[in-house]
Amino acid sequence: MTYARLVGEEIANRAEGPLLFLSRSLDVGLNEAVEVEGADGSVRLGRIAALDEDSITVEMLDDTAGLALQGTRVRFFGEPLRFHVGPGLLGRVFNGIGKPLDGGPPLAAEHAYRVDGLPIKPTAREAPSEFLETGFTSIDLMNSLVRGQKLPLFSGGGLPHDRIAVDIACNARLPGDTQEAEGFAIVFAGIGIPHDSAEFFREEMEKSGALARTVLFLNLASDSSAQRLLAPRFALTAAEYLAFVEGMHVLVILTDLTNYCEALREVSASRGEVPSRKGYPGYMYSDLATLYERAGRIRGKSGSVTQVPILTMPNDDITHPIPDLTGYITEGQIVLDRDLHRRDIYPPIRLLPSLSRLMKDGIGKGRTHADHPALAAQLYASYSQAQQTRVLAGVVGEDGLSEDDRKLLLFGDDFEQTVIHQGVDARTLEESMTAGWSALRALPAGELHRLDDRQIREHLLDRAPRREPVA
Amino acid sequence: MSTAETTWISGPVLRARPDGAFRLRESVTVGDQALLGEVIRIARDEITVQLYEDTSGLRPGIEVTGSGRLLSIPLGPAILAGIFDGLLRPIADIADPYVKPGMQVHAARRFHFTPSACVGDPLVPGAAIGEVANGTGIAQRCLMPADLPGGRVSAIADAGEYPDDQPICWIDAADGRRLAVAMTHAWPVRVPRPVQARLPSDEPMLTGQRVIDCLFPVARGGTGAIPGGFGTGKTVLLETVGKWCNADVIVYVGCGERGNEMAGLLAEFTELEDPRSGRPLLERTVVIANTSNMPVSAREASIYTGITVAEYFRDQGMNVTLMADSTSRWAEALREVSGRLGELPGEAGYPAYLSSRLADFYERAARVRTLGGETGSVTLLGAVSPPSGDFSEPVTTHTRRYVGSLWGLDAKRAQARFYPAIHPLQSYSLVAGNLARWWHTTGCTRWQELRRRFLTLLEDEARLERMARIIGRDAMPPRQRLVLICAQLVNECFLRQSAYSMNDRFASPSRQAVMMRLIGSFIEGSERLLDAGVAPEAIRDQPVFRRLMRMGEEIEEGDWEAFSALDQELTATIRRLINEAREGGGE
Repeated sequence: MTYARLVGEEIANRAEGPLLFLSRSLDVGLNEAVEVEGADGSVRLGRIAALDEDSITVEMLDDTAGLALQGTRVRFFGEPLRFHVGPGLLGRVFNGIGKPLDGGPPLAAEHAYRVDGLPIKPTAREAPSEFLETGFTSIDLMNSLVRGQKLPLFSGGGLPHDRIAVDIACNARLPGDTQEAEGFAIVFAGIGIPHDSAEFFREEMEKSGALARTVLFLNLASDSSAQRLLAPRFALTAAEYLAFVEGMHVLVILTDLTNYCEALREVSASRGEVPSRKGYPGYMYSDLATLYERAGRIRGKSGSVTQVPILTMPNDDITHPIPDLTGYITEGQIVLDRDLHRRDIYPPIRLLPSLSRLMKDGIGKGRTHADHPALAAQLYASYSQAQQTRVLAGVVGEDGLSEDDRKLLLFGDDFEQTVIHQGVDARTLEESMTAGWSALRALPAGELHRLDDRQIREHLLDRAPRREPVA
Repeated sequence: MSTAETTWISGPVLRARPDGAFRLRESVTVGDQALLGEVIRIARDEITVQLYEDTSGLRPGIEVTGSGRLLSIPLGPAILAGIFDGLLRPIADIADPYVKPGMQVHAARRFHFTPSACVGDPLVPGAAIGEVANGTGIAQRCLMPADLPGGRVSAIADAGEYPDDQPICWIDAADGRRLAVAMTHAWPVRVPRPVQARLPSDEPMLTGQRVIDCLFPVARGGTGAIPGGFGTGKTVLLETVGKWCNADVIVYVGCGERGNEMAGLLAEFTELEDPRSGRPLLERTVVIANTSNMPVSAREASIYTGITVAEYFRDQGMNVTLMADSTSRWAEALREVSGRLGELPGEAGYPAYLSSRLADFYERAARVRTLGGETGSVTLLGAVSPPSGDFSEPVTTHTRRYVGSLWGLDAKRAQARFYPAIHPLQSYSLVAGNLARWWHTTGCTRWQELRRRFLTLLEDEARLERMARIIGRDAMPPRQRLVLICAQLVNECFLRQSAYSMNDRFASPSRQAVMMRLIGSFIEGSERLLDAGVAPEAIRDQPVFRRLMRMGEEIEEGDWEAFSALDQELTATIRRLINEAREGGGE
């Protein structure tokens, strides 16, 4: 980089873990970026973490192994870390700190944005209310995603979240014919992912042609922890540029936030901070919020940033600090289930703990379909009853159930096979709703308390009786 | 004013070499941008300052300027219907959509003032000087600041428009000083505003939500807490109460929560009308927003800012409800600040004084006689976000000790989309007994009896559900099966109330009472049927049962005819079934 203003030579006094202590011979400010060039010519990024009258404490963002004090030059940028972006971002592949990985030319640097971003004033935010279709029934019909929302995917080791991430990236679309006019883009950031996954993402997206509307950021598991903390910030800076400067609707997929939090814990420990729950720093909530809260819409600007962060719950534990704190910040969550996965149901989404908080604003009359809210509510209520009945059947046996309970049980199985399960094909919202109504026909109409009489008549009774499932 | 020179800086904390005296908790400004901070530790040769803003770019040598007073906010006519950050700086200007360091406290605005005091009148601290209009339809009073001594009015401005920071009244104080009073005065946020006396809480703060008003009510001047894991509906419940409760002014403190939620709240409050005044809800609301990505240290102050604003309106003789979403984020900010000061951590890393801070906060709720002789109240409702939804964590357990009503949210109910997900067996209200009188005098004479009845029913349900899980529902005796059916009705029709249903989002006390009575009649009627030998399932399969289940959704506010028609249908059904049973039995 050529933006350095000041250069200090022979000012390094001490190095300890990721911290480098310098004599304060130059007038620099807190949080400004620095570049440390070792005697061997290697260049490392850093940030000014503390200042007193005599010394500067620099936190290195790269591995410090091999760094010597003698012959080290430090360049000061005089400003916090920035990402230089411009047109031509789509279709490119970068590493975690914004350097091209695809062998392409450097970006036209029209704008330079702080990678940390700035908090949007709540008054300047436009409340999200426009539906975004992902192609999955369990999301579109049951937990609808709206533009400007942040809706994480809670997964577990060995579950097909990579596949789901790619499917969403390839199938997501704005409903109707608005796609051409308004512009839709994907920003995909792999955070601390293995080399194989990175290749998988790149190949799949290239194959489906989605790469042309995507900006890909790949931070590999072998990159330094401090860089892992920067990768989502570079990705979000690119997303904000596309959304608020170029006016596009941007879907940001971040995977895997668990790797991010592990890096946060590692860096915090090396700074000697007092740990909080399970060794994670006490400020993890605020730190995660600085990422997730960058989703949204701004009044008077046409674009939007929607986030689907993906995390793997350690030991499938939803109360672990990573999913727990995430759930407190994001607007809902989609939870994957090992049991459904074992039964080959794809996507294996466990609906009961899943939730989209902003769904109510993005669906219904004039947005998706007038009966969408009632249908989703009724499916939720009946499926939840079916699950309870399943527990009951586990104790008293199916023979001990009443007629109505047995119907519920059948409904539950059928619902999982025909509504949740959809295999490899993406569904439009209409197709999803048809599947939903069709499943409800197995239940007695009198039991459907979330539907009004007209809905029961129109969608359930007036239709031809349901086809018997093929044995 | 004292100044100091910065010697060390890291994150939001700086140390400086003072030149002059600083006080603990004094507010200071730093550098050319005038970043706001507070002195949190002093020594002879060094002060420690906590900054409320992003500190990027600060460096040793930068000047710290003392303000000479404790961290204060300006209280005046500009607050109502406004939206502010945690230190009461307006964020309504969206020419720049981002929060940047160095935002300023509001600039003076002009308001219409009408004097109510005359020259020569004696004024006590906290007395009204005149009325101020700020275009919201709510008449505000201009008060004599409570920290000034009383005296006689020596001059007062005529009715007209004045800037809110200029004197409009001059007073010869009892101690000989001549004081000038403006429409806006400063008050330190951590100091409770004084009152003449605290009054008993015997009036309900009505929320329009049946499960709260009828089962776990909260009193005006009382306190309530809403603990619940993520996704259980804390924020929606608080917002719903904010929309429909019968307070004069709502103070909504978004403390470390989501930006989109605040935007949604602002949009909704602008659109919705106050059912009582017919004007936009936003006009009776003050929003204090410190979202989770805004500077953490201001989060700690935002709770105090909110309660001080609430007390300011209370002192004008209004009933105020303050919602804090979420107190857990505030406690976490306390923990972070405490950690930075190197204090000995207590339970779960929280400082040992967490419990007393929570007590201080909830103690500021009260129904009072103000210094000016009016009656006003501040009701406090706080959301609690326990990590992993575990109610045994410190913030929840300490909060439990200080609040009068607790609405425990249940993840199972929320997962079945049963909202509000208040679990009747994990909730309580200590004031229900005091409030029974109010309900009885407003015409619902069976309130206390039916409330008891519903609660007993729900308790029985929990017990029987456990049993049903072992022996199966069909194997249970008819009386117990009936209990489950009645409990289903109470749950589905009375406790469940959709915040998004046009008909059901708000229920007036009369509507609540009618529904309570109807359910009571069903329970009593079906017990008679059971005695006559009718199977519980036959009762449930009657069309009237579905009508009862959906009455909240289907019968709108004020349609008493529909309710009485339903009542008649119920009576007729019960009579018919009894007759059929008799005839059947006689054959």
